[in-house]
Amino acid sequence: MSGKMQIKLKVNGEDHEFLAEPRELLVHALRERLNLTGSHVGCETGHCGVCTVTLNGKSVKSCTMFVAQADGAELTTVEGMGSPDNLHVLQEAFREHHGLQCGYCTPGMIMRAAKLLEEIPNPTEEQVRFGMAGNLCRCTGYQNIVKSIMAAASEMNSAKEAAQ
Amino acid sequence: MIPAAFDYHRPNDLNGVISLLQEHGDDARVIAGGHSLIPLMKLRMAEVPHLIDLQSISELTGIDSGSTIRIGAMTTQADIIDNASLASSAPILKEASLQIADPQVRYMGTVGGNVANGDPGNDMPGLMQCLDATFILRGPNGEREVKARDFYHAAYMTEREDDEVMVAVTFDAPKGGYAYEKQKRKIGDYATAAAAVIISKDGSTCKEASIAMTNLSDTPVFCAAASDSLIGTSVSAEDIKNAVNSMIDAIDPAEDNRGPVEFKKHAAAVVLSRAIERAWQRA
Amino acid sequence: MNDMTPDRNERQANLKGLGSSRKRVEDLRFTQGKGNYVDDIKLEGMLHGDFVRSPYAHARIKSINTDAAMALDGVLAVLTAKDLEPLGLHWMPTLAGDKQMVLADGKVLFQGQEVAYVVAKDRYIAADGAELVEVEYEELPVLVDPFEALKSDVVLREDLDPKADGAHGPRKHHNHIFTWEVGEKEATEQVLDSSDVVAEEMVYYHRTHPCPLETCGCVASMDKVNGKLTLYGTFQAPHAIRTVVSLISGLEEHNIRVISPDIGGGFGNKVGAYPGYVCSVVASIVTGLPVKWVEDRMENLMTTAFARDYWMKGKISATKEGKITGLWCHTTADHGGFDACADPTKFPAGFMNICTGSYDIPTAYLAVDGVYTNKAPGGVAYRCSFRVTEAAYFIERMIEVLAIELNMDAAELRRINFIKQDQFPYTSALGWEYDSGDYHTAWDKALVAVGYDDLRKEQAQRVEDFKAGKTRKLLGIGLTHFTEIVGAGPVKNCDILGLGMFDSCEIRIHPTGSAIARLGTISQGQGHATTFAQILASEIGLPADSITIEEGDTDTAPYGLGTYGSRSTPVAGAATAMAGRKIRAKAQMIAAYMLEVHDDDVEFDVDRFVVKGAPERFKTMKEIAFAAYNQAIPGIEPGLEAVSYYDPPNMTYPFGAYICVMEIDVDTGEHEIRQFYALDDCGTRINPMIIEGQVHGGLTEALAIAMGQEIAYDNMGNVKTGTLMDFFLPTAWETPNYTTDHTTTPSPHHPIGAKGVGESPNVGGVPAFSNAVHDAFRAFGLRQVHMPHDHWRIWKTANDLGLHG
Repeated sequence: MSGKMQIKLKVNGEDHEFLAEPRELLVHALRERLNLTGSHVGCETGHCGVCTVTLNGKSVKSCTMFVAQADGAELTTVEGMGSPDNLHVLQEAFREHHGLQCGYCTPGMIMRAAKLLEEIPNPTEEQVRFGMAGNLCRCTGYQNIVKSIMAAASEMNSAKEAAQ
Repeated sequence: MIPAAFDYHRPNDLNGVISLLQEHGDDARVIAGGHSLIPLMKLRMAEVPHLIDLQSISELTGIDSGSTIRIGAMTTQADIIDNASLASSAPILKEASLQIADPQVRYMGTVGGNVANGDPGNDMPGLMQCLDATFILRGPNGEREVKARDFYHAAYMTEREDDEVMVAVTFDAPKGGYAYEKQKRKIGDYATAAAAVIISKDGSTCKEASIAMTNLSDTPVFCAAASDSLIGTSVSAEDIKNAVNSMIDAIDPAEDNRGPVEFKKHAAAVVLSRAIERAWQRA
Repeated sequence: MNDMTPDRNERQANLKGLGSSRKRVEDLRFTQGKGNYVDDIKLEGMLHGDFVRSPYAHARIKSINTDAAMALDGVLAVLTAKDLEPLGLHWMPTLAGDKQMVLADGKVLFQGQEVAYVVAKDRYIAADGAELVEVEYEELPVLVDPFEALKSDVVLREDLDPKADGAHGPRKHHNHIFTWEVGEKEATEQVLDSSDVVAEEMVYYHRTHPCPLETCGCVASMDKVNGKLTLYGTFQAPHAIRTVVSLISGLEEHNIRVISPDIGGGFGNKVGAYPGYVCSVVASIVTGLPVKWVEDRMENLMTTAFARDYWMKGKISATKEGKITGLWCHTTADHGGFDACADPTKFPAGFMNICTGSYDIPTAYLAVDGVYTNKAPGGVAYRCSFRVTEAAYFIERMIEVLAIELNMDAAELRRINFIKQDQFPYTSALGWEYDSGDYHTAWDKALVAVGYDDLRKEQAQRVEDFKAGKTRKLLGIGLTHFTEIVGAGPVKNCDILGLGMFDSCEIRIHPTGSAIARLGTISQGQGHATTFAQILASEIGLPADSITIEEGDTDTAPYGLGTYGSRSTPVAGAATAMAGRKIRAKAQMIAAYMLEVHDDDVEFDVDRFVVKGAPERFKTMKEIAFAAYNQAIPGIEPGLEAVSYYDPPNMTYPFGAYICVMEIDVDTGEHEIRQFYALDDCGTRINPMIIEGQVHGGLTEALAIAMGQEIAYDNMGNVKTGTLMDFFLPTAWETPNYTTDHTTTPSPHHPIGAKGVGESPNVGGVPAFSNAVHDAFRAFGLRQVHMPHDHWRIWKTANDLGLHG
């Protein structure tokens, strides 16, 4: 038992291969092997969402997945969302509308919100609150997070219209 | 929270799964979405020397929704919510799925995992009993069918043998009105009490009714007497009360952080009467 | 001047100083996932520590066998109390003058207590090693009820001489910690006896936990070559931690560098010193390698820093017209197995003596008894100044109960008892000098904003409808007017472990007119890097965008007592303004020299000094900064730097009026917040955007506490709420939108008039939510039920009142 296995992940467009114990949690692999420390560890039982990443097109909690399960998967983490010179619309919106305080939940929030807006490009406030209910925040009371996501949605929709 | 070490297997077909189960017996567990099992492993409350991941088994996926509906065990709650055809043929599944956990968990949580592991807090088992679903299990000797209403013996104790895998659930497309009513403390919580109700109508009288309750005993509770009590009635307030009283006799809730037994019974009564009312309106 | 010169308003706006909703500078890194939290720190050769913890709440330790753990490949050490004893580190002092076991010394006193510490190559091996440590326990009788504990023969703290005084005076029983008394006992009892009306209640504020999303943790790195220890950690008070580490380890303080990196929320959880820190330091010293320890969520909820757990027995008296005559309170405080409360030394029950609230109460008496039980130690101020939320909850419940007793409207009862504007500064019966306030104005504004009279009419109709069987929902109107006491505090009466509770700021202006300022505080999400730069911008006339704020590195920042108790703005904010004024004073001399006039002939104007009466003759602060470094000015040293250590003359007293309108389903016990209006008066407002965010967050924490969050124990001392399945943190779905508002009554003694705001919404929010629940049932005879108001408890209230038919 406890043998290591070869793991292949494509993260933010980059291929990675490493040996790991199957029990290693995906969030630890991302944080400690790939130095992608934006995904955090919060509750460890799948309730808080600070570890949220996109895996094969789904928002998942990377603390509740073994790296072995993710073998072969394609992932996006917050580090793949925008660059310092070219922030993602959601990153801009969170800053603009004070959608964060301590910043610990923010990467998970942004990852989940991005997926939510992909699925519902023009959500109501109720849809945002329901769609973000897998992510906890202790600082903001959510009001400005919701505001940030709504603003980002409208920004993204205007950009789409302008492009058409 | 760090799990103990284990060997990981990701077979490509069901035969592979079954032979691993045969080989390792008690030491092996299958994993689907993992959102029940992984937290237990991280808390070292579940010891799993051999973990068999079902993600690559295509035989376990897919939704067929004709007059008989078949849902592969690896179908996620998100798949159910997104499936337009299923939403029209058996809308109670979508209504219930939206009340399970949270968005991220619904991407991972599967029908098979939810019905097979025997956690009394899971929503799908009660729902399947309400639908009178049949579970298809595959073992070394091939497939067999078990009615959802016969599947659950006690918490985490089910009809499934250690070397069997849940393959799919099937049921006839429900007729009439439906409701899945769940009281919980917050999103992500198990039910304090939940009721699945399907009612069909003949004119202004109830033709058929099916009621099952969740997290009010160590198994889901199909309430035959409560269901039968509605048939032939006009589902008046009095009729609902009678059904609720029958249901209360059938459940056996335990005290936990959600409240004492007396409250659970009260909440069960409230969610069931609301579910019947809503289902009746839709019938 | 030419047309291109910005006018005065533009110059002001360019500074982004006081009052500007400046966007936060922290957010660029946080939104990109580039924050640097403790668990992000990775050092060469770093080891990981993990604890073996007691499954029992009270047990004797018969034996500990570490052989199997030591035999595991990758385990380097397993520490037990026996290993720490020769170093004198098996116990450590607490912030409250008690001592606490670092690792179980003979017995355990609460479930989850630290028994052994396993050091391994990675966190997985450390966890495996912890599983392999064999501990033999002998179970002892468990005391989870503080009233029982005071009567029981069972001795919890066998290490203490039952006859000797504790840190706060005589002990009455072997499980008793202290009695703290304030006010006039006999006079208060006389007033109670002779008043028209007396209302009496037991108000329990249940045990809960701050539960920041990031748990506590540290990385200790002993550099044996240089003899220097670097300790990274989730410390709300890095300088105090350095001093504590020095005192208990014997390392000289200059050889210890404490760094608080980004902190993922604190809310009081990260004020104290925990066994994990001590064990990590020891492990690093022993191995010569860096050691990381990060607690998991269960460990966080079960062992580090609970909050509240106050049983407050109260009596309040009044004339029949409703004028309050006296207040009496006896509190039984459950401190758990060790007294590790984080309070200023002279205040073993914190500022609980602010419990006269916003009201002019002539006579009052408070006694608090601290008690040991088999629960985790802590007693931290969870998003409040020391025990202020307990005090506010107590008085705001007592007011409501008195209103019932008097058959009066609770809003009116408050109004006739508020301290009047012309009474400030006001000295309360329990000894505080309230610096300023204008409660009537705030109250009236709040009542008008929510349409109070109409709400009461609607509520009366609802009660009729309910009685007539037309609805199963009740309407509650939760009122609160709270007064906080924050900004600890004046060194004459506030210290922690003998360290005066001043704070500090050091500023260096660079030649090109930008600056760095360092403070003794540490942000955990409050946005200090943004707001302190704003204070400085207004004081020194350089744009906030040109000012870097740095905190949390004890090698570079000046000494300060850290961030908790809403003290950053009142104390460090004041130090910042005062240091800025020193810069400005020197800049004035430089400007006068450059303009060839006398010092007194120039005056400060936004971002420059101008010659009085000749505003076209000026030197901007940018020019002055350059001159400070390139001109030889007679009688003036080169450079432009300043430091201020600020000892506040008084606390600040933020206040607010909160109103919560809540619908309650009598059958399920579920609630819905229909409206929440929060008016805060935090004095001068530095950044309205950040203030609003703080209020939203604090109210949501209050919502959680009032409506479901608790650390619950069973009779065996097992924690029933150890994960986020059961420990209630609301999601976006359960959280309402809030309406925020403000009045502005500047603090007369604070350099910029600011009072602090981060904790007000928790202090005022809890009674507002709780009062709404109570108020919904007032018409049916409810006086007092205990929080949290989760579904089953609300159902039970309705049931007990006979509302289920």
